[in-house]
Amino acid sequence: MKFFSLLQAGAFCIALAGFSVPAMAETTRLTGSGASFPAPIYTTWFKDFGRINKDIQINYQSKGSGAGVRDFQNGTVDFAASDSGMTEEQIAAVKQGVQMLPMTAGEIVLAYNLKDVKDLKLPREVYIDIFMGKIAKWSDPKIAAANPGVTLPDQDITVVTRADSSGTSFVFTQHLSSISPEFKEKVGFGNSVNWPSEAKMVKSPKNDGVTATITQTPGAIGYIEYGFASMSKLPMAVLENKAGKYVAAGGEGGPAALAGAEFPENMLLWVSDPEAENAYPIVTYTWMIFSQKYDDPKKAEALQKMIAYGLGEGQKIATKAGYIELPQAVVEKVQAAAKNIQ
Amino acid sequence: MAEYNSLQQSQSISKPPTAGDMFANKAFRVLTLAFTWGIVLLLAYILYKIGGKAIPAVKEYGLGLLVGTTWDVNARTFGILPEIWGTLYSSLLALVLGGFFGVSIAIFLTQNFLPRSLETILRSIIELLAAIPSVVYGLWGIFVLIPIIRPVADFFNTHFSWIPFFYTSLSGPGMFPAALVLSIMILPTVAAISQDAFRAIPQKTKEAAFGMGTTRWEAILRVMLPTAAGGIFGALVLGLGRALGETMALAMLVGNSNQISLSVFAPANTLAALLALNFPEAGDTEIAVLMFAACVLLLITLLVNMLGALIINKTGIKR
Repeated sequence: MKFFSLLQAGAFCIALAGFSVPAMAETTRLTGSGASFPAPIYTTWFKDFGRINKDIQINYQSKGSGAGVRDFQNGTVDFAASDSGMTEEQIAAVKQGVQMLPMTAGEIVLAYNLKDVKDLKLPREVYIDIFMGKIAKWSDPKIAAANPGVTLPDQDITVVTRADSSGTSFVFTQHLSSISPEFKEKVGFGNSVNWPSEAKMVKSPKNDGVTATITQTPGAIGYIEYGFASMSKLPMAVLENKAGKYVAAGGEGGPAALAGAEFPENMLLWVSDPEAENAYPIVTYTWMIFSQKYDDPKKAEALQKMIAYGLGEGQKIATKAGYIELPQAVVEKVQAAAKNIQ
Repeated sequence: MAEYNSLQQSQSISKPPTAGDMFANKAFRVLTLAFTWGIVLLLAYILYKIGGKAIPAVKEYGLGLLVGTTWDVNARTFGILPEIWGTLYSSLLALVLGGFFGVSIAIFLTQNFLPRSLETILRSIIELLAAIPSVVYGLWGIFVLIPIIRPVADFFNTHFSWIPFFYTSLSGPGMFPAALVLSIMILPTVAAISQDAFRAIPQKTKEAAFGMGTTRWEAILRVMLPTAAGGIFGALVLGLGRALGETMALAMLVGNSNQISLSVFAPANTLAALLALNFPEAGDTEIAVLMFAACVLLLITLLVNMLGALIINKTGIKR
């Protein structure tokens, strides 16, 4: 331990020597870790934020929601980020109190690989059946019925799911469970679930792995975050929502799904099946997790600044980065809740 | 006396060891002994630690873990039989492919088929394969290999689907691409050690074989290959060891699906991939089960090595 602190001191000296400018203002360093889904937008925020506030340096490691929460519980990070928030048990175990804040939101899409088929429409019961292994061919009459005028190939459907534990899986399976009692009973929802073991069900690690597998496999379909699908130019299915309308991802459907929702006290709100008529059906908030009490007042102050930036300037880049800009009403609620962090 | 004095004063190169030499010798022995025992102790410590963490899982699930086929974190049902099967199946397939090509390459590069300089260049290139990171192999597998083998796999599936190895169609990631990449990964190990085995054969043995009137291929197959067999076998065991423990490339290519299928085109799972993908976010119960899986993997590797040693002893092949 002593050796380690010596190392740190050494590294600090070297870092100091690098900046020959004397008397620099003391830097407040914040570290966070967690969800990989919002990592691109968070890192952009922190970079831009660091440019404005030269005395605050934020370091974020995207290692997965569960790992982030564990780091937070062990006190190795100042804040965590999670797509599935924290459970009551986990919250109870943190002495300083926990404040969860939804910072951005995103859509999960069904990306597919079918030659010459664009804007594939998938009714609710069809995409449930696909992910339960019941519909095995693209030429299935149920798919054809929803897509008149589209020639669907007589090809096997390869279903790609996540091999690792993931918040994306949580949100997606939660959505499927909320619209299908059968799915809830047989598969259930969680960060990793027991998908049916069919010859055409494969699993890949991480969003990138699923994206790559879909890209490389004709006849594949899988769930990924909107940003990944649009970046790799994969076609995304147009999904039927609760109101029976077909809505594409990446448009007005996302904000519509978030509008008018009431947050509970702990700010943990699931939009597992939005009711609005033009809402995209699979959306989710993603949270940053803070202590309610920080020993170092400077840290609390820096975190407050960061939150204010994320809710203000940060929201402006959300749509462009593939996320959903939080509605103004939500932003106000989050700002109010952020006052609990001291 | 005079003789001894003359010995002391002689200008000969040989001298009795000085105190420093003696000390260096002693120190070297102690040091190597300490390190040797250190390795044994380290292994024991690792086993003790991993085994200790696996005990809760054994208590809760017993040996049902070994025969269960479901991995459902939410229902707290765990079983690693598909992973054990996948680990053994993929490694054996890789060993058959990698072993065949590895030994063939060794023969090609040591039995005067090529000019010396070309041999050296080719050898370096093959050894370079060992330096490619696992994750690069995985990406290469997804983006290059799978599209290449898809037509081949489709052909076998449509025409030979009555053979149990080909009865499902390839959906992308699966056992076959995983085993292919794995065989390329163990190729440098097998080829390098087999080459050493061939080089270690005294030139006279070959000359004697030619003297008996053998053709080149008779000499290689009947004399050189059996003589080098011990070393080649060692190469294969080492290759299998690497194949059993290989992680990242497999996690990306094997399909990670918990099923036991003879078909080489079906997705499967391996112990190492299971460990790598589930550890980062595992809860307490799951960690215990994963530790158990790690123990099983260690045990399998140990058994394979022991089996190898046994076969060497039984068949009387001398290293």
